[in-house]
Amino acid sequence: MQREQFQVVRIQAEDFDLSAEVAALRAGDAGVGAVAAFVGTVRDRDGSAAQAVQPVQLLELEHYPGMTERAIEAMVDAARQRFGIRGARVVHRVGPLALNDQIVLVAVSAAHRGEAFQACEFLMDYLKTQAPFWKKEHTAAGAHWVDARVADDAAAARWGLPTGNAPVVAPAMATAGQPA
Amino acid sequence: MTVQVRYFAALREALGSGEAVQLPAGSRVADLRAALVARSPAHAERLAPGRAVRCAVAQVMCQDEQQVLSDGAEVAFFPPVTGG
Repeated sequence: MQREQFQVVRIQAEDFDLSAEVAALRAGDAGVGAVAAFVGTVRDRDGSAAQAVQPVQLLELEHYPGMTERAIEAMVDAARQRFGIRGARVVHRVGPLALNDQIVLVAVSAAHRGEAFQACEFLMDYLKTQAPFWKKEHTAAGAHWVDARVADDAAAARWGLPTGNAPVVAPAMATAGQPA
Repeated sequence: MTVQVRYFAALREALGSGEAVQLPAGSRVADLRAALVARSPAHAERLAPGRAVRCAVAQVMCQDEQQVLSDGAEVAFFPPVTGG
């Protein structure tokens, strides 16, 4: 199978249609017996207790054009080698997003469900810690960049993926520890 | 040699979208970061050792700041990533 048929990676401002993406992923491949798909959406609050005060009104997503696509293509190649999946589609939105909007789609086709479930989770764990995207939350109290989560590094580490994305020390401590 | 530095997210807001930097041949990522820190108080605040800054060289995530840079390299600095 040609790589172009096997994997589709798109970064776009527009919304996506899960059904259409899954249909395209399965099209013409009689060896597919399982499709696993994950959709991430904009929720109203940041997950961390410290910031869960103001509801999020708008989420802004920035990326690194060129590198983002390459990083995701590399991770799909890794998933293909590791789990023997038949196909993958990754769509990630950028720009301003409203509450409840779809942010990201990872869909994987495989012969059996085990590989599909695992590859889908692997791809999301990789994307969360290795793909250059940044979220900025807008609330009534102002806007702030979302902090990376140590839990995401831990999730990626389960697969033996490079970690060290989230700060080793809390930002406040890092600032306090700086020489004058 | 010259490397092209790019910034993203909070670093872009503080330092602009990027800048060209002259460095001695054989310089490493750590040397570039030190040269940037010396440029202005804003650079120093954002890029000082110990700050949570990630780096990519030629659009590949850099895992080791001892990586040697080549002339014309594109080097990006940005906060930990938060997509998905």
